[in-house]
Amino acid sequence: MNLKGRKVVLHDMSLRDGMHPKRHQISLEQMVNVASALDAAGVPLIEVTHGDGLGGASINYGFPAHQDDEYLKAVVPHMKQARISALLIPGIGTVDHLHMAKDCGVGTIRVATHCTEADVSEQHIARSRKLGLDTVGFLMMAHMVSPEELLVQAKLMESYGANIVYCTDSAGYMLPDDVTARIAKLRAGLRAETEVGFHGHHNLAMGVANSLAAVEAGAARIDGSVAGLGAGAGNTPLEVFNAVLARMGAETGVDVYRLTDVAEDLVVPMMDHPIRVDRDSLILGYAGVYSSFLLHAKRAAAKHGVPSAEILVELGKRKTIGGQEDMIEDVALNLRDAARARAAQ
Amino acid sequence: MPINAALIGSGNIGTDLMIKALRSKLINPVWMVGIDAYSDGLKKARNAGLKVTSDGIEGLLPHLEADNIQIAFDATSAYVHAANAKPLMARGVLVIDLTPAAIGPYCVPPVNLREHVGKMEMNVNMVTCGGQATIPMVAAVSRVQKVDYAEIVATVASRSAGPGTRKNIDEFTRTTAGAVEQVGGATRGKAIIILNPAEPPLIMRDTVHCLTADTPDEAAITASVHAMIAEVQKYVPGYRLKNGPVFDGKRVSIYLEVEGLGDYLPNYAGNLDIMTAAALRTAEMFAEEILDGSLQLTAVNA
Repeated sequence: MNLKGRKVVLHDMSLRDGMHPKRHQISLEQMVNVASALDAAGVPLIEVTHGDGLGGASINYGFPAHQDDEYLKAVVPHMKQARISALLIPGIGTVDHLHMAKDCGVGTIRVATHCTEADVSEQHIARSRKLGLDTVGFLMMAHMVSPEELLVQAKLMESYGANIVYCTDSAGYMLPDDVTARIAKLRAGLRAETEVGFHGHHNLAMGVANSLAAVEAGAARIDGSVAGLGAGAGNTPLEVFNAVLARMGAETGVDVYRLTDVAEDLVVPMMDHPIRVDRDSLILGYAGVYSSFLLHAKRAAAKHGVPSAEILVELGKRKTIGGQEDMIEDVALNLRDAARARAAQ
Repeated sequence: MPINAALIGSGNIGTDLMIKALRSKLINPVWMVGIDAYSDGLKKARNAGLKVTSDGIEGLLPHLEADNIQIAFDATSAYVHAANAKPLMARGVLVIDLTPAAIGPYCVPPVNLREHVGKMEMNVNMVTCGGQATIPMVAAVSRVQKVDYAEIVATVASRSAGPGTRKNIDEFTRTTAGAVEQVGGATRGKAIIILNPAEPPLIMRDTVHCLTADTPDEAAITASVHAMIAEVQKYVPGYRLKNGPVFDGKRVSIYLEVEGLGDYLPNYAGNLDIMTAAALRTAEMFAEEILDGSLQLTAVNA
């Protein structure tokens, strides 16, 4: 693979996707410290706020330590070169949140939908673009559709005003060939000025390999999390991916050593549990289940006395998608009742 | 003699409503209004013997008087509703709003239909499908004890969400959250909607989470929830409690499924049924009032 001289924009997820393993409890001080260190290391894009994006504060997804605007107002003024981004999932957040984020100084809005539902993003993408923001269309659970179907949806987002469209491997299910096929299809089918991005999860330990495949196939922007702090087994570990790109002669503008320091000195000490491919996160990747379900499934398993792995497998069978965290307790209760019925026989 | 009605909007909701209205003893659907002459809804309406127009509201207005239209259902979109409602109300037609525009007061029949009796309202809003499915449960908890916060998650099959719903997704979340507070009785409300494309399509699922101010009275809430389920089942037989109420500290969670009658879209689209059945039930109550003389429709300049 020859990526020499390729420019790759890295986008850090540790303060947004990383909110999932932190149960949305990252403090304002931690947000500011990590974002400032990423900024100093040269990371050009940093996402903050609730793991489920703007407006994600809820019983279903978890109440965060602070509100969206508090995080944004705390972090944005400290940035010297990095741009702050926010995620918005229509159906959870609204255009009102988008305006709030813009007023807080966000430079990038990422509008996320399930990979077949791009047409719910029209209001939000169009408004973001009209406000002059870097506007990302973010197609989640992209393993569930063919490259051709993904392109149809990507074109919708492009038509609403997205200047970059992402193939998002929310379940960490894809293998490098899956990534290559999708990114190449998007790159060939979208307008030349529309960029393509990739967001990976490390549930099958393919984060770095998949991200390399994405760059080779034409992706200009890649998501990762410093120290991998993200849902499931985490995102593509950003400091590792950056080092690999440096070895290959690709250009990220991010300092290898300083980013490694951020991972080791700031982010790893913040972790409530090691972010690794454990049994449950492996099942996420293997069965194609939304990575953010992980801790919710562990909690429901503990409360209702059923194995978390069984809950995750059943959620995969039910073809649940991102946002359906409410089905986790529902499935757990059904498994509990089924086990009780068997025991009574 | 039933009250003559017009149906505006020939999409999923309008067409399902037409099929239900054709069975009503109190509502007689006379007109179906669309904007696409070749839409499936207008075709079905024509076949059912309704008068149809594909010129939008302008195609209907000249005929209101001659056809004695007294009730109009608007199943277009939040953006279009205001423009539709104004000329109808100005001509003394009572408008049942099935969009999330919510110009008029919210109506969730098992919770507050009776409150609308005798108010001489000319525009009532049916909230959203997710609101119709969940607000009865919020009310079932809040009539037992104070609910500080209620949150609803509505998951519908992608195939059952038409272009209006998709363009109006922000209006869905705002209107539903507002009605969770005003009709459901929660101090603060939040709504989440998810469109799931699974094949075969999933039956509508709804989850209601409440945070009570004090420790929940489990027995009283459970009894109240079951009683309210029975009320909703009177007009949506496929409304079912799948799990719960689950109690976890002050959290009360209720897991629901809404299966439709399969009138227009197949049974999975319970989101259509709960909306159209609620709208028809509301219209029938007003029709009874009109027929017994207790409600005189008056022209209103909105």
